[in-house]
Amino acid sequence: MSVLEVAGLEVRYGDLTAVDGVALSLAEGETLAVLGANGAGKSTLLAALAGTHLPASGQVLLDGEPVTRLPAHRRVRRGIALVPEGRRIFGSLSVEENLLMGRFPKRDGPWDLRAVYDMFPLVAEMKDRRGGVLSGGQQQAVAIGRALLANPRVLLLDEVSLGLAPTVVAQLYDAVRRITAEGTTALVVEQDLDQALSVADRVQCLLGGRTVLEAPAAGLDRDTVADAYFGITRSPRPDPTEA
Amino acid sequence: MDWLNAGVQGVLLGGQYALLACGLSLIFGVMRIVNLAHGVLAVLAAYLSLVLVQRGLPLWLAVVVVVPVFAALGYAMQRGLFNPALAQVGGSDRSTSRSASRSASRSAGELAPLLVSFGVAVALTNLLQEVFSADTRKIPTGGLASAGVPLGELSVGVLPLITLAVAVAVIALVQLFLARTATGRAMRAVADDAGAAAMMGVDPKHMYAVATALAFATLALAGVFVGMSTQFSPGYGELVLLFAFEAVIIGGLGSLWGTLAGGVVLGLAQTIGAQIDPQSGVLAGHLVFLAVLVVRPGGLMPRSVPA
Repeated sequence: MSVLEVAGLEVRYGDLTAVDGVALSLAEGETLAVLGANGAGKSTLLAALAGTHLPASGQVLLDGEPVTRLPAHRRVRRGIALVPEGRRIFGSLSVEENLLMGRFPKRDGPWDLRAVYDMFPLVAEMKDRRGGVLSGGQQQAVAIGRALLANPRVLLLDEVSLGLAPTVVAQLYDAVRRITAEGTTALVVEQDLDQALSVADRVQCLLGGRTVLEAPAAGLDRDTVADAYFGITRSPRPDPTEA
Repeated sequence: MDWLNAGVQGVLLGGQYALLACGLSLIFGVMRIVNLAHGVLAVLAAYLSLVLVQRGLPLWLAVVVVVPVFAALGYAMQRGLFNPALAQVGGSDRSTSRSASRSASRSAGELAPLLVSFGVAVALTNLLQEVFSADTRKIPTGGLASAGVPLGELSVGVLPLITLAVAVAVIALVQLFLARTATGRAMRAVADDAGAAAMMGVDPKHMYAVATALAFATLALAGVFVGMSTQFSPGYGELVLLFAFEAVIIGGLGSLWGTLAGGVVLGLAQTIGAQIDPQSGVLAGHLVFLAVLVVRPGGLMPRSVPA
């Protein structure tokens, strides 16, 4: 049975339909990358999965149980943890206190403070600093660690690379690859195509709130994804022998 | 010696103001709500304990009853009145960019919690007048209010000493709760970013109500001490709110130790002012408040969140 099963999901902001009938499925231990240009509906999809913005229609099943209408604070207790866009670190709390907030749902599992500090040694070094004074990359590491401490069934990662230097992004995705390799089921929303393809088992591409491409990540070539990204349907090349 | 006496009395008076202001500071720190009903609610607590004492309950038992009743009242008022008003400001996910733009389109809602608390203050003051008349009352203390202990050549009131000690203890306990417990940590997280706290499994509406319950418990305690030391009437709440508010502002919004300092500064200004001119004690307090607003608008110990 899939860990996460989504069918016919429709999410609106007022009159705008941001996600228009998306279906997806995540098997245990699998990593799915959801790709698409700005405004394709990726972040909205994650908001609907995490419960921060409830869908207009459709269904979200976690381990077969419907969680479609549950608000965010009850959904994370069931095991859907979101690393939000913009990181949303608690600025006045220390780094360690930020991480401990991930323990608030009190879910048992392999992730504790020690495991997170082992994963991100730099975070361990600044555990007593206030969250607000960290750099963007450090905050992103804390945000990922915080979500892991909820020991989620599904880890949702929203735009990990956003606004960060390429070397920092590479380090963070090294960590994400190690996390998913250890068996955490993950859904990654990402604009950085190379990082997304490096971490994902499967890829799903959104355009205008609809799925336009679903494929295994292995062997997928960049052009195919880029075309789906921008909605380009290439006409067959004109045959020079035709007159 | 008179000046020394004024100083000591000022610090003791500051204890009462700090105890009164603690709940106001907490509610503002967590929710950014200025609760205009704070003063009259403290007076309500004084009336409730007065009624219980008149029915024959010992004072300490009246306090044991009134404080949890007010905590429950605070929880209920937050869920029933303030949370719906906060939802108009942008609700539990105020800090997300999308809802920020949504709330901007109806920014009149920014004032909703303030207006609700104003409505409660006005209605409750009138209700108290209906029930208890406008006569001034005082909670009988069996001589405690007039008892004094010698301190060098000064005589220091026992009740003000207890009030100061209770104020320091309450603020230290609330601070400890915020700093050391998982619930306190979650409360600070909600104050920082309610939407992100919800993603961690914290229900912001519940956490706001817990904060208000705690604030109301301290307010009830403060109300009883005011009722023991001062002649109060239903309208006295306005003065209580004013002094508590000044203590919070002088100390720095949202900082509990700052609130204690603010209370003491206000108390000192009033007693030293009265020493200079017996008519001008309260005025001196207001002038110091004004001076702090001009010179250090953030207060003496500014901090955005209680921590």
